[in-house]
Parts: sequence; C-alpha cells; structure tokens
Amino acid sequence: MMAETENDNGKRVDEPTGTDFVGHEWDGIEELDTPLPRWWLIIFYATVIWGLGYTVFYPAWPLINSATQGVLGYSSRGALAEEMAAVEAQRAPLREAIANIAIEDLPTDQQLMQTAIQGGRSAFVVHCVQCHGSGAAGSEGYPNLNDDDWLWDGDMEAIEYTLIHGIRNPDHIETRISQMPAFGADGIFDDGQISDVVSYVRTLSGAEDESAASARGAELYTANCAICHGENGQGDRTQGAPNLRDSIWLYGADRASITDTVANSRYGVMPRWGHRLDPVTIRMLTAYVWSLGGGEAAPAAAETEEVAEVETDEPG
Amino acid sequence: MNLVDSIAPEGPPKPELYEKRKGVYPKAVDGNFRRLKWAIMVVTLGIYYITPWIRWDRGPYAPDQAVLVDLAGRRFYMFGIEIWPHEFYYVAGLLIMAGIGLFLVTSSFGRAWCGYACPQTVWTDLFQHVERWVDGDRNAQIRLEKEPWTAKKMAKRGTKWTIWLLIAMATGGAWIFYFADAPTLFGQLFAGEAPFVAYATIGVLTFTTFTLGGFMREQVCIYMCPWPRIQTAMMDEKSLTVTYKDWRGEPRSHGIKRAEENPGVFGDCIDCNQCVAVCPTGIDIREGPQIGCITCALCIDACDKVMDQVGRPRGLIDYATLEGAEIEQAGGTPPTLKRTVFRPRALLYFALWAGIGMAMLFAVGTRDRLTINAIQERNPTFVQLSDGDVRNSFDIKIRNMENRPRTMTLTLQGLPGGVMWAGSGSRDQALRAFDITVPADQLLSTRVFVAAPREGDPREDFGFSVTAPGGEEDETALEPARFTRPGAE
Repeated sequence: MMAETENDNGKRVDEPTGTDFVGHEWDGIEELDTPLPRWWLIIFYATVIWGLGYTVFYPAWPLINSATQGVLGYSSRGALAEEMAAVEAQRAPLREAIANIAIEDLPTDQQLMQTAIQGGRSAFVVHCVQCHGSGAAGSEGYPNLNDDDWLWDGDMEAIEYTLIHGIRNPDHIETRISQMPAFGADGIFDDGQISDVVSYVRTLSGAEDESAASARGAELYTANCAICHGENGQGDRTQGAPNLRDSIWLYGADRASITDTVANSRYGVMPRWGHRLDPVTIRMLTAYVWSLGGGEAAPAAAETEEVAEVETDEPG
Repeated sequence: MNLVDSIAPEGPPKPELYEKRKGVYPKAVDGNFRRLKWAIMVVTLGIYYITPWIRWDRGPYAPDQAVLVDLAGRRFYMFGIEIWPHEFYYVAGLLIMAGIGLFLVTSSFGRAWCGYACPQTVWTDLFQHVERWVDGDRNAQIRLEKEPWTAKKMAKRGTKWTIWLLIAMATGGAWIFYFADAPTLFGQLFAGEAPFVAYATIGVLTFTTFTLGGFMREQVCIYMCPWPRIQTAMMDEKSLTVTYKDWRGEPRSHGIKRAEENPGVFGDCIDCNQCVAVCPTGIDIREGPQIGCITCALCIDACDKVMDQVGRPRGLIDYATLEGAEIEQAGGTPPTLKRTVFRPRALLYFALWAGIGMAMLFAVGTRDRLTINAIQERNPTFVQLSDGDVRNSFDIKIRNMENRPRTMTLTLQGLPGGVMWAGSGSRDQALRAFDITVPADQLLSTRVFVAAPREGDPREDFGFSVTAPGGEEDETALEPARFTRPGAE
C-alpha cells in the first residue's frame, strides 16, 4: 500500500512526493497529479503556432470546391512537375548524344547503350506489348523478338527502319512491304498441289521425310516459290520472305497452318511509329529490341564491345 | 480559473498544472565515483573524437579510414571488417548484442549506463564543468542567477554560452567524420566546400547538444528518455543501485552537535544536504529510489566525505542491492560485490552475449568474398532458335568483395551440349567458359545467354561456377540453375 497523508483540503496526498492523488487506480498503482514541466507547455504552443503558420504558407484549409492555396504557392503537382523537369534536364545530354550517334555505333558506347536499353524497355511496355508481349516473346503471327530469326534484317539500322516505317503499313510509302500470293484463293494451285508443296516445305526444315508428294511439291516450289523464298528455302530478307529451313514458324509448323498460309497467304501488319514517337525513343526501342538476344551486327560488321552493367548493389 | 474560483472561492490554492523547471546547481565533489566518471568521460569522448581519424590501409581500391559508414558506396568499414548491404545482419547481430549487453549491465549494475556512459550524462557533465569554471561553484551560481542582468552577468553568460556552443559544434562536427574521409572533409568544412548535408548535420547536432546539454539536462532523463522506464523492468532485488540506508540514517539529527549531545537518539544522517547539493539531477536520494536518479553515485562521494568528518563509518549512501540492504538492516553481512555480480542470471546473459559475439566473429572470419547469383529470365522462359536449339537467359550477379579487381572464369557446369555467351556478344562467341573482370569491391551484373539442344529434359538442372584467383588458392562460388525447354509448361 502506498504511503499517504491527507492535506488541509481533505485530499489524499502521496507522502514521498507530496503530490495529490488524481483518484485513478489500476492494479494497485495510482495516478499522481504531477504538474507538467513548463517547457512542455511552451513546446505545445510553439507546435500549435507552427501548425497554424503551416496552413498559412501551404495549401491546407478545405473549401467547398477547392482549398486554400497557401502564400508560398506550393502544390504537390507543381513540385512533381519541377522534379520531372529536373530529371528531363539531367537526361537531356544523354538523349542528345543518343540522337547524334550513328545508330550502328550505339552499342560501342557502353553508357549510352545502357541508357538506351533502359529507356527502350520503358517505351516497349507502353507501345509494343499489345502485340509482342511483355517479354517480347510475341505469339502466333506476332514475331518473337528474342530469337535470332529476322524477316527484315536484325541489325540496328534495319530495326530502326522497321520501327519508323512499320511493316505493310498502308499510310506510308516507305513502309516495308511484300505480298505472298494466295495460291489457293487466287486459283494458282489446286488442293492437291497445295498439299504437295506443303509436304516439300516441311522436308526443308526436317519436319517430314521425303516422299512422292514432296518430290512433286519440289517442282512446284522451284517454279512458284523459289523466286522469293530462295532455291533452298533460305528466305530473302530484302523482301521479308521467311527462311523455310529453320525451326522458327511465325504461324505454326503443322500441316494445317502451312496449308492455310499457302492457300490464303499471310499479311502481317505493324504500324509505323515514326510519326508517333520521337526519334530518341525510337532509337531506345531499337537498342532494347536489338539487345534481347537476336541483335545482329550491321553488314559492315562493326565490332561490339563487352557491355556489362556495373552496379554497386542490387536495386531495391 | 475564474470559474473555478467563483465556485470554490474559499478553498486552498489549486496545484499548478504546469511547473517551471527548478534550477539545479550541482556542487563540485571529489571521490572515487567522481574519478570514475572523469575516466569514463575521457574514454568515451576520446573514442568519439579520435575514431574517425584512425587510418587503416586497405590498398588502392578502398578508403583507408578505419571506421567509415560509406552511404554513397553502401559499405560499412570497421577496421578489418567490411560489411556489404546484404550482410547487414551483422549489424542486426550487433544490435542484439547491445540489447543483451543492456540486460547484462542493468541486471548487475542497475542504471550504470545512465550514470556514466549515456551521451546526455557525459555532455551535461562537461557543460556543468564549464559552468563551474565560468560562474563558480554552486553558491556562486545561485547568487549569479538571482542577480539582475548587469554587464558582469552578461559577460559571464556570454562566455559560458560561447564555450557550450563551441563544444556543441565540435560534437556535431565529429559525427560527420564517420561518414566521409575525415581529413578531406575537415579541409572542405573550413573551405566552405563540404556537402550541404554536412553543415546541416552539424547545425542540428549543435542545436540539440547546446539545448539538451546546457538547458534541458535532467529534464531529458525524467521526461523525454524512455530508458529509465524500461530499465526498471530489467532490475530485480539483486541489482546494484544507489541506496540511502534509512535504518542507519534516520532520524536525522539536523547537525553534528545535536547528535553528539543526544547519543543514541539520532541516526547517522546529519541532514547536511550535501547529497542533494552534488546531485546533477537535483534529487534527494534519501526519498528512496526514483526515476530522477541516474545512479552516478556522486552523492556517495559527498556523503562518504561527511561521514569521515563526523567520524561515522562510510556507506550511509551506498551502492547496494535490495536484498543486500535487507540483510544489512537485519544485522547480517550483505553479499560481496563479486557474489552480486557473478550470479546465475548475469552469467546466463553473459553466455548469451558472448555466444552471439563468438558466432558473429566466426561468421565474419569464414564468410565468402566471392558470390554469384543467377536469376532466370521468365518472360519468356525459353526461346526457340532458328537452328533448332533452345536458349535460356540468366541475369548473373557476381560480387567481388575483395579490394582488388579480379579476372574470373565463369563456367557452365553440366548441361551437355550447352554453350553460353554474354548478353552483349553473339552466338558465334559461345563457349563453355569465359573470362569476366569484376572491378574491385563491386557487384557485376550481366546477362548471359545459354543455348542447348532442344532434345532433353524439359527441366534440366545445371550450374554456373565462377572461379577467381585468390591469395593462396583460387576461390570458387557455385550457383545452381535450371534449363527450361519447350514442354516444361
């Protein structure tokens, strides 16, 4: 039990400290009416004044449709705009350098290349994922940009050209364009001939063994297909004619898919980005796509250096 | 107030809601504990001010400051130990040791931290010495406080505050040296070229030291600090604390003469109030244990001196345990200091504390200075190549935690027919192994493409190894990985 006495007023007083009891008790512990230190009061008032001052200087009091603006004219939106402008200004020299370097030399400048790849990745997830997928793996009819097979060349310059002008884009004269005849729909082949050609094409990539049908197809191929796809089916990148000997099939490697292609032809379209994205963003996208694993050296065979990202630690 | 007065006009004055700080003017004292406090002040301030200036040669690729928190480079250097961010658990271990150390010290010695080592105590003590040097001892200080603001008082206050301010600036100034190369930063500071954050830190720490050490003092211990409230829960009846032996002291004789004239009536306390006069927090220890007591034991020094003068045995105020005090009151002999300190609870805490320390030392001594991580790209998991092979890609991170650049060999382990090449190269450079140079004390992050024949297990286990030339033998780190082929989904 606590030592206590009574004061003149009949109040219970804690003997060691001479302080009144408040009257609250919990588990044998009683609250004393100890005065607060005065500095605490001063700091409390100072905080209140600070708080009021804050509402004068910064946006604070809600009104019916808006809020008080504060005499400093601060807004979080304005602060964000300022920060964005600062980041833009910081990036400006790099963007300018990316715009000015010869595109095939971009991979030789480690810092520029890293910047371009990062910027390209950001632009890719905004503009390109709808068709090519978030990892650029594509899907049926939409090329996988990670692989080493290119319909229209895989060096930096060619990729940039494709990005700017698109493929079979109806609005632009410089777009990449080619058209395979619809051998069935246009009445060039009958169904049996189509089947024979399909058999032959499948032997090229080893999907099917040679047969009488494929031998007949070979003749039809030489007469009708070799002009674009090459004598041996190796394709022709100048007109976007696919290589028929490799393991990559944009529209499927099974008989039904190839039959459909021969009979009705395919007409993949990619929009042009030259009028929608600025040239630096297009270069960044080029660098990103090129870096995915299938990037090729320009025909002049510019040597590329090791590009390895050196960080001080993992992000985040 | 008026309302209350009108309701009960005849009542006694109500207790004040707020209370002005009562000035504390501790008197100078000499004695064993005062000397211990001096020694601890010299040691702690010495460690604080000198540590950043100790040099430690780490070769050309790392800073040669013995203790350095390199925030920009995200490294923590402490003599021969270098902590990387992913090794931060060592710091967690140190914090656990500090926690158990607090249990250990508090359960044995009570609030020893508060009384001797706490920065608030050390700097307040320092400021009080300055105060005594400028204003004089307790009585002179009280007199000066009551004086009007004459030129003399203003000169004294000006001198005192200037010295406090210089000490406070030196406090903040020393702190920043832990975060940058001390000699360089020292030069920059005076040339006005130091980073803004350095000046801001000095400013904040100068302000807090000046205010808390000069003016708030015991108010910090009583109203702001959580430690005393926590520490009470760590103490028990076997913990040492500063104790006034009331059974020996009471009733007080209010003067040596009265005691001598009435033998056997009074206790040993002559009510000289020396224990109160020397107390840096201004409390009266004779009122029993209380939150304001930081157990600095200056009252023991003061009281022992008085006991010597009046010819009574020392230890009227003494370091004692509750248990020991009860035994002594009952006429027995309290346990010795050795028995008090070396008790099972303290030994258990010590064993835990030392165990964690040993485990950490062992871990630090045997940790790898080379690590490799490989994270498989999962979007897409694999890519069909035109020649029929399948390609996977991996983001490889190699940490070279030595202070020199090392050319390492990255090798494929397993995966028959598999080859790899760096993400910046092309397939015609594909090999089973290639060299890669990792800069000193850096993490190298690179993309590696691995290609293998399509035929095989849809999920084939293999590994990456990286071998770096080491001091005596080569150092190798291994990382398991998995090759994914079509059909794995």
